[in-house]
This record gives sequence, structure tokens and C-alpha cells, in this order.
Amino acid sequence: MSDQEIAIKVSNVSKSFQLPHEKRSSIKDTVINIFKHREFETQCVLEDISLDVKKGEFFGIIGRNGSGKSTLLKLLARIYTPNSGEITVNGSLTPFIELGVGFNPELTGRENIFLNGALLGFTRQEMLGMYDDIVDFSELRRFMDQKLKNYSSGMQVRLAFSIAIRARSDILLIDEVLAVGDLDFQKKCYNYFYNLKRKNRTVILVTHDMSAVRRFCSKGALIDKGKIKKIGSANEIAEMYENINLRLAEKRLQQPQEKKDKLKQKRQGTGEAEISLVETFNVDSKKSQNTFMQDEKIGVRISFKVNKTIPRPSLGFIFQDQQDITVFATNNWITDTQTQPVNKSDEIIYETIVDNVFTDGEFTITCAIENEEFTLIYDRIEYMHKFMIGGHKLAHATTHPHHSSTVTYKKSNKTKT
Amino acid sequence: MKQIFSKQNRALLSELVRTDFKLRYQGSVLGYTWSLLRPLLLFLILYIVFVKFLKIGGDIPHFPVYLLLGIVIWNFFLEMTVQSLGSIVGRGDLIRKIRIPRWIIVLSSSISALINLLLNLVVIGVFMVVNDVDVSRTILFFPLTLIQIYVFALGVSLFLAALFVKYRDVNYIWEVVLQAGFYATPILYPISLITNENVQKLLFMNPMTQTIQDARYEVVTHQAVTIHQVFDGGWYSFIPFIFTLGVIFIGTIYFRKESKYFAENI
Repeated sequence: MSDQEIAIKVSNVSKSFQLPHEKRSSIKDTVINIFKHREFETQCVLEDISLDVKKGEFFGIIGRNGSGKSTLLKLLARIYTPNSGEITVNGSLTPFIELGVGFNPELTGRENIFLNGALLGFTRQEMLGMYDDIVDFSELRRFMDQKLKNYSSGMQVRLAFSIAIRARSDILLIDEVLAVGDLDFQKKCYNYFYNLKRKNRTVILVTHDMSAVRRFCSKGALIDKGKIKKIGSANEIAEMYENINLRLAEKRLQQPQEKKDKLKQKRQGTGEAEISLVETFNVDSKKSQNTFMQDEKIGVRISFKVNKTIPRPSLGFIFQDQQDITVFATNNWITDTQTQPVNKSDEIIYETIVDNVFTDGEFTITCAIENEEFTLIYDRIEYMHKFMIGGHKLAHATTHPHHSSTVTYKKSNKTKT
Repeated sequence: MKQIFSKQNRALLSELVRTDFKLRYQGSVLGYTWSLLRPLLLFLILYIVFVKFLKIGGDIPHFPVYLLLGIVIWNFFLEMTVQSLGSIVGRGDLIRKIRIPRWIIVLSSSISALINLLLNLVVIGVFMVVNDVDVSRTILFFPLTLIQIYVFALGVSLFLAALFVKYRDVNYIWEVVLQAGFYATPILYPISLITNENVQKLLFMNPMTQTIQDARYEVVTHQAVTIHQVFDGGWYSFIPFIFTLGVIFIGTIYFRKESKYFAENI
């Protein structure tokens, strides 16, 4: 790969911040402590980062909060200076990393456009030329002579975005724009990104939004605790990030404290049988598991303790999503699973394997044991267990049933030979 | 140098100055008129107090104008350094999130002060006409003196602005220094009031004393004592100039060194 093709080359860059234990910011303190050795806590934010971004690449930087991805972006933008290592930039760079930087609430929308334009490196002449386009794009013409402080935050973002997309630098740095704005605005953002992609502009996008990463990025880097975990295709990176997140969620869900706090359990029933355990498990290992990727089936295990002879109990449960909508319901009769008479102190273990057709999110299980005719509830506990699903490529649909498609073509007669 | 004054940087500078100016008289009924009206009214008060009541500076011709010129120059120095001192910290939001040349921020507040100085000089011009001041040819040197003042103030500003990022008590110290400087400079009193010749020479080491006296000599009256007269044309009279160059040099170097870390230190 020749150097010509590389837009940004980061080699072995480290960045740490020196945080004094007792912040000393007056000259008097300095004079008093001038001979005293000060204690510093060196917080290493980025360690030995190396990556190349090629020209025309849509490069995603992904990481959890505090992983150092924004620091990396600031280093790329040359707002911070690295402690060691080198960053070579081939071409001009957008100087800003956030929307609406430098907006002044006391100025009118019009004045802010010119100020922001100057920060982007446009002359007044150039700004006059594109002023109308910017205003039209923002759909805020009516408000141009009002002070910015009277704008809603959504309007401010729209205005900022309309100016920002004028940036003509070779390399664009974008930090989490998609987190703000309404659906309509997000559509505009996506449109802009598609255009950038089509025009083969070099873009570096820092985001949490995995669906955006999958849609736009050709490559990405996953940063965790200041180190590069992986550089690879957008899909690989997004999957890895979701895996890490799920593993963390798994840890969180395993803590009993969390279960008790978050679940607003409600119990009813005569008590002739009791629900003693509800858990989800991995279908292969049969071990308890609370998080499931989109390709994993969900195992549900419910144990009942019997306190009185029951001829043929009905066992059932439902899944509810975060909006309390029942997304799935079943009982043993539906699956043609017969139950037998049980006596006092018997234990029933009811296991079900469910296809994972659900979307990303948290789900709760409500389960019950009733008589055969469903006229008497022995025991029913709502929100007894919580589990999580993640890793879908299109997380905005409510269900993801397995499906396959074919495309056939009916050729017109003319082309037939 | 070519890069420093690139098209983009000039556009940004002018936009920042414009913003500064717009915000200054925000919401006032008279708006920009204040930038002329304010000095005019302030001068009127000084004129009445010092000339009609205190009656100092008796033998200097056109003393009111002489006095005002000194005050205007000192106020320029004060305004520029105080505004620049806080400029980097005050624009922390920009510094942390955008890459623009840091010096542009200091330069923009210095230019705001410069514009104010020019407006004040217009008012002085009015007073000169009222006072029947004979304009001599030495006025041609006045712009050079102004440049020296500006360069000196810029050096101080750059240094203070960078220092203030690290030490937030610089502004209080600077306030005291300015107050002391105001009395250590012959602004309200004629320098001839100081009879000890060595003290007079010492005061002239200060570029502010030298420039204010030069400006008065060039614009108002040739009776104003200048550094050349005090030192009889000896090489000592160049000390304030060398001092000025030293200040701009050190200020620039320090600012450049520190500006790399502004974003994380603010």
C-alpha cells in the first residue's frame, strides 16, 4: 500500500493526562510547594494506538463510554497533542468534532451561520454564496433574525448540521451526531452519510449506534480501555462490540441485587403448587444464561414445587418486552406436552426451547401453574426473570423470524432467444 | 508567515472581531453610538475635575488634550491586556472542541481593543479642534508610536493569556500591577512634577511612559518631555524599545509552547 492512499496514519500513539492529587492552580500554592514533590495520578487514556485509514474509507471508531474513543478523535483533530507516537494526516481535516461548536446564543441565526462558517474555514464571500442553501436546508428561514437562545435544541442542531455538511475538507471527523434530533433529522443525517459514501469521501465516525456502523462503515476499530481491541470489517467490529456488551449485561443480570430491584414482582395463587425457580439457559450447554445473541435459541426452565395432589397441572409462561407488551405466550398443551398427576413434595421441571425471533432488548418472564381447565391459579409470578437479546443487524423491527428469499426473473419475450 | 495570514485565518479573525463588537452593546438603545459617546462623557468629567478644579499641569499648553491622550493610551493598554488575559479561558468551549489557531483568539480581542482606541482617538481629535491645538509635522510619527504600544501590549497579552490557563490568580495580580502601573506612569501628572532626575529616568524605562510621552510630543505639544531629552540622546533611550521587542518575543514563545496543551488544561 503506497503512502498516497493513506489519509490518516496513527503510529504508536499514547495519551495520558496528569491529574494532580490536590489541584494546585494558584501561584501562592506553587510558591509554597515549589520544592515539594507533587503527587500526580497519571491517567492513561490511550495506549499504543496504531491504525491506518485509507482514502475513501468510511471508518468507524467504536467503544464504550470512557474507552478513549473521543480522546482519539481529538488527537486526530489535533486538538490534543499526543504524549508519544505520531499522527500523519494526508489532506485537510474538518476542524470540529461536534455540531454547533462556537454557536453564540446571543447572536441571531444568521450571524451564527457566518461565525460558524468562519470556524469551518470559509470566507465571508463564500458564506454569502451558500447562505441561502444553508437556510433552505435547515428549513429555518423564518427564524433567521431571531436570537439563537430562542431556538429549540432541535432547531439548533438542524442549523448546525446544515452548516457542518458544507465542510469541504478531505477528511471528515464526526462524533455522535446521530444521538440527537428527531427521526426526520436522522433521515437527513443518513442521507448525508450515503452521499459521503457515494462520493468516496474519507470519514471517521465515532458512534455507539451499531446499525449506523453496519450501514455506512467499511472498516472499523474497536477500542476498549484505551487499547485497540480489533481492527476489521464493520460487521466484525459491530458483532464484537455487541458481544462485549452482552457479556457485561450477563454479569449485571447475574447479580441478585439487580434482579430484586428491577423486577416489580407480583404474585398470586392458592399456593397448592409454587414456582421455585425460573431461569433461561443456553440450549447447548444447558447452563444458565441471561443474554442471547440473535442466532441463539432461548432455553426457559421453570421449576415448580407441589404442595398438594394435582391431577393434571397446566404450565405456562409469557415473554414481555420493556413496554410490557406480551411478545410470546405458551403453555404445555400448545406444544402437546402432557402433564401427569403429581403429589405433595414432587417437583416439576418444565423446559421449553424458543426460537429467537425477538428483537434486541430486555425481556421479562411471567409464569404460572394452573389447573387443567385454567380456572384456578395455583401460583403465578409476574416479572420473575429478566433476560436480554442483542446483536441484530436491523434492530428497529419488533420480530425477526427466520426467513429466506428467492428472486426469479421473468424475461421479456423480446430478449428471448 | 503566509500560512499565518491565510484567507481562512483572516476570515475567522474578522468574524470573531465582528462578534465581539456585536455583543458589546447588545440590547442597548443607542448601540454602537456608545463607543463614541462613552469616551466623550468620561473625558468631559476628567476635563472638569482636572482642569477646572485641580488646576494641575499649569504650564503645559493644551493640558486637557495632553491629559486625555495619556488616559486613552493607558486605557487601551489596560483594556487589551485584561480582555486578552481571559480570552483563552473564556473561549474554552472552542478550544476544547475545535482546531483553530489559538493566537487568533488573543488577536481578536486585541483588535477589539484597537478599534476602541481608534474611536477614542477620533474623540481626541474633536477635543483638539475645540482646544485649538496646532498640529505639527511630528504627528506623522504618531502611527509608529501606536504600533509600538500595540506590539508591547500584544506581547504582554499573549504571555498573560497562556499563563492564565494554568494559574487562575493571574488576573488578580495583573489588576494590582495595572493599578500600580497607572500611578508609576505620568498620566495624570506631568513628568516634570518628579524632580529627582534618576527617578524620572527610571520611569522612562517603562515602555508605557516612553510611548505616552512620545505620543504627547508628536500630537499635542513639543513641551512634552520625551525619553531622548531625559537621556540627552544617549543609547539608554533605546532601552524601552528593546524591552518591547523582548516582551513580544518572550510572549510569543511562551504562548506557542503552552498552546499545545490549552485544550486539556482549561
